[in-house]
Amino acid sequence: MSLKDKLVSSFIAFDDHLEEDSPIQEIRNKAIQFFEEKGFPTKKEEAWRYTSLNSILKNDYCIFPNRDNSVELQKVRKYFLHDIDTYKIVFIDGVYSSFLSETTHENMDVCLLSSALNKPKYQATIENYFNKIAEEDSLTSLNTAFANEGAYIYIPSHKEVEKPIEIINFSTGNEAALMIQPRNLIVVGENAHVQIIERHQSLTDNPVLTNSVTEIFAEKRAYVDYYKIQNDNSNASLIDTTYIDQQRESICNVHTFSLGGKLTRNNLNFYQNGEHCDSTLKGVTILKDKQHVDHNTLVRHIAPNCESHQDYKGLYADTSTGVFNGKVIVEKEAQKTNAFQQNNNILIDDKATVNAKPQLEIFADDVKCSHGCTIGQFDEDALFYLRSRGIPTKEAQALMMYAFANTVLESVKIPELKRRINKLIAHKIGVNIGFDI
Amino acid sequence: MLHIKDLHASVEDKDILKGINLDVQAGEVHAIMGPNGSGKSTLASIIAGKETFNITKGDLTLDDDDLSELDPEERAHKGVFLSFQYPVEIPGVSVTNFIKTAINENRKAKGLKDMPASEMLKLIKEKADLLEIDRKFLSRSLNEGFSGGEKKRNEIFQMAMLNPKLAILDETDSGLDIDALKVVANGVNKLKSKDNAIVVITHYQRLLDYIVPDYVHVLIDGKIVKSGTKELAYELEKKGYDWIKEELV
Repeated sequence: MSLKDKLVSSFIAFDDHLEEDSPIQEIRNKAIQFFEEKGFPTKKEEAWRYTSLNSILKNDYCIFPNRDNSVELQKVRKYFLHDIDTYKIVFIDGVYSSFLSETTHENMDVCLLSSALNKPKYQATIENYFNKIAEEDSLTSLNTAFANEGAYIYIPSHKEVEKPIEIINFSTGNEAALMIQPRNLIVVGENAHVQIIERHQSLTDNPVLTNSVTEIFAEKRAYVDYYKIQNDNSNASLIDTTYIDQQRESICNVHTFSLGGKLTRNNLNFYQNGEHCDSTLKGVTILKDKQHVDHNTLVRHIAPNCESHQDYKGLYADTSTGVFNGKVIVEKEAQKTNAFQQNNNILIDDKATVNAKPQLEIFADDVKCSHGCTIGQFDEDALFYLRSRGIPTKEAQALMMYAFANTVLESVKIPELKRRINKLIAHKIGVNIGFDI
Repeated sequence: MLHIKDLHASVEDKDILKGINLDVQAGEVHAIMGPNGSGKSTLASIIAGKETFNITKGDLTLDDDDLSELDPEERAHKGVFLSFQYPVEIPGVSVTNFIKTAINENRKAKGLKDMPASEMLKLIKEKADLLEIDRKFLSRSLNEGFSGGEKKRNEIFQMAMLNPKLAILDETDSGLDIDALKVVANGVNKLKSKDNAIVVITHYQRLLDYIVPDYVHVLIDGKIVKSGTKELAYELEKKGYDWIKEELV
């Protein structure tokens, strides 16, 4: 049985299992129908031209893992930013782990989507926001059909969340192959501030496929700082789709660090629905072996006087492949838009590949839009300069990689996270030098 | 200390150096002068180990080490330093971060541990003061947007930090106004000792008023055609290079 057939036929069992009159019952039914019609995307679709899911869809994934899988804190502690200084919403094989989590309902909600879906007090929020910006595409629909678990974050107006929130999905490998579909709903009220870190981490070599969907609503003057850490092992694949709805004067920054995994697809969609919004999309991708990362970004400028800044840096070694497909749409009403997009890549080995495709669709006449894309190799003169000072080739390359990625790293606003990412990058490049000034 | 014998080098089958002979002893300052395209910068790059040039013949040794067998970083570990004519801009790496990495990599090569942070800071402060370098300058990206003078000052700052056995200054005077020239030359002079040697490559005699050479060599068409004392530099300044070329014919 194909994975598609398996999923479609499992839906009835999944649906039966849930409580009756769920507020999203109808949405789910429609979503599975849509998925059944469309199926998984193929390379025939323009947006998937450079990324084939074939190799990861052939595994016989378990869709309903054991609900009792657990991990020891000692084993996973290193994946947390802090023991105490963060809120944590932790899932093990897609199931909430109260033991590893640190949730709160004090003046805000940092908890589970499953409980928000089932408790009447959250019903209004669910009705107002759930699946409201998620687009009808086959993978999002598939996630919506099975949407039950994930993070639910509601920050009321004027609330400044004092510590970062970590959303972490662990997979244990207890199942021979596992598919999980986290669904996160994040609502950030007027003038509220929040920092969120999202991570997917497999703990064994068994294949894992994660199809994650996140909806983020930034109300008027809200500030959202979102970090995605993708450093999974070589049998873990991730399809991450994030939708961000921005209202007037809101600021949203998403940093994506893609440092591992077998196949990673990032669909990052921004919708600027109010004036004076600011959107930042930045990413560092460092790949080796046969790893593949596909960044598919969309910024839709709908209202006037908004800005968007994109800066994606990629370093590709061995036979790794990267895709950057960045689309900026400036609608007719979105006058005085400033939209900038930058994508720079270094191919460390001859056999690495990058496909870059910037797309600008501009329907307004008074806008500033720019895009730049480069694909190159290390600057030999710069390498010689560093080596002539006694810095060995590997360390010199590392320094240059770090410098190359620094325009992205410098805007990471959580110092401990920045330190961790620096360490991850140093480890990735295989050097032991401190990059900090 | 530096021993060069019948050195031939080429780039893409084009011969650039055609039999260089040069001996530099500890405590000496040598100047190499010559017209454009004579091979001065090539000689500097070859000593530092730039891989675009091939040594086709001859010896290049520093004390007991055959430099031609060593990578650029290994040469640096042995005490070779090249002050670049055109220092490379490296955005995103601060001067401080760069020099710290360089110092610690040199220490690592000698089997020493990283320099303690406090000691490093003290050393940076001391050497920055020597070259009248503003503290703010040290946190800027390496050479990015530096003026010509700032770049050269930064090169000599690195020399001061690394304390090399053999320093080659490739056109360190170009792009410097007279005040900056004095500061840089003064820095170089303070770094001079009986244990190290300096090779100054320059077009003009001007720099040699401040860094006084023990020997002056004239490099024309890949060969050292004339050597003398500092008076030779004055003669060249007055008469140009043509009289030497004529002498050769």
